[in-house]
Amino acid sequence: MKTTPLAALHESLGARMLPFAGWEMPIQYQGIVAEHKAVRESVGIFDISHMGQFYASGNSVADWLNSLLTNDTGKLGDGEGQYTLLLNEKGGVIDDMIIYRISADEFFLVVNAARIDEDWAWFQKHCPADITLRNESDHFAGVAVQGPKAKAAWKAVFPDCDLPEKNGILEKDDWVVCRTGYTGEDGFEFFSPADQIETWFQNFLDAGAQPCGLGARDSLRLEKCFPLNGSDLNESNTPLEAGLGFFVKLDKGCDFTGSDVLQKQKSKGLKQKLVALKATGKGPPPRGGYDIALPGGEIIGQLTSGGQSPVLACGIGMAYVPIELADLGTEIEVVVRDRRYPLEVVKKPFV
Amino acid sequence: MNVPDHLKYTESHEWIDGSEVVTVGISDHAQEELTDVVYLELPEIGRTVKKGEAIAVIESVKAANDIYAPVSGEIVEINEPLGEAPEPVNNDPFGDGWMFKIKTSNASEIDELLNADAYRQLIS
Repeated sequence: MKTTPLAALHESLGARMLPFAGWEMPIQYQGIVAEHKAVRESVGIFDISHMGQFYASGNSVADWLNSLLTNDTGKLGDGEGQYTLLLNEKGGVIDDMIIYRISADEFFLVVNAARIDEDWAWFQKHCPADITLRNESDHFAGVAVQGPKAKAAWKAVFPDCDLPEKNGILEKDDWVVCRTGYTGEDGFEFFSPADQIETWFQNFLDAGAQPCGLGARDSLRLEKCFPLNGSDLNESNTPLEAGLGFFVKLDKGCDFTGSDVLQKQKSKGLKQKLVALKATGKGPPPRGGYDIALPGGEIIGQLTSGGQSPVLACGIGMAYVPIELADLGTEIEVVVRDRRYPLEVVKKPFV
Repeated sequence: MNVPDHLKYTESHEWIDGSEVVTVGISDHAQEELTDVVYLELPEIGRTVKKGEAIAVIESVKAANDIYAPVSGEIVEINEPLGEAPEPVNNDPFGDGWMFKIKTSNASEIDELLNADAYRQLIS
């Protein structure tokens, strides 16, 4: 089990720690609902030291990444970033990530903690001689500062330095800041050498950010229908089925791993789709892994994610369903401890 | 942490009040561990329960947890309003947050429960 460099600080803040992706991480401090609302209404700070960071460089790095990832690196100028996906040959998702163009011959990649080893192995295996890869995941620790007051918190800590634009990146001294996040609010992810992160975390706390755990991170992203890799995204479903077609550029002028499968799927039409489901009545929170069924009928699958929405105060979830059940308003049931509760297909996002 | 002296406790964090018919809830410590309780599934009145049996489910935003019968007997009353609004479990765990009442079938089981001091030690 890996320990974050912020472990001692988390303990002093009253965090409850649990294993996540091989790391001992804070799940909550004050409580998930309070932390969730702090991010929606003010500003919260998350430890994201577990996330992975790679650098890829070389003259042809943009073209090389285009041959492996779904989005189009050609759309990026210096200092700009994009959400993109790494697929296997069947079009299934190995990982989703955000990549940034530092310069024409250098990119910065931020990947999921649980997938650092798989991603790294995949990139290395497909790396030509003129591309240099660096895995800086152990060097960097990080925090995500999120919420409508995130910008103000930044200004309090860095009065003489502006945040980059939305999805942008700024490298300065020995830290990196990216104007992104996983909550649907404005904010940034800040990476520094591990031995400095406690000072930065404390600075952002002093600037008004409330410490938030992975529990709130999950409920925040679920309300916005941001997929979680390993749950909503997996190696058997394609990004088109996951509703991420916007980040799949089949017309970017080159093939990428899995593009032939996606092309076929696009021309034939999807057979299933990841939909947003909302409880229509009172019931227990629908959780990831629970069976879903036709009303009064057969089991048709499982929720890939689910829980109680702190903002809506009702159950929400996501699941892959056959395309004929993907229309808005379709009624589906969730099975909780052998009892059934009604859900309805609703528009994404929930909030 | 509030641990009223006049109650008995279990290692799974239920509190028990009374002798022949006992009232059961979860402790202040338990509600704080769970935080944000959002749903409660209570046993049916008339159900016969065995000590240690999982007979209710409490759900926080985070997870679903079982609640165990601290003694054997019959469920004679449940705190129905909690099914609609479980907030008292967090706000008033020893008062309005009570969950069900059991008519005990073996009174000696109550003597085996933890007293307040023993429970304080358990959670310290």
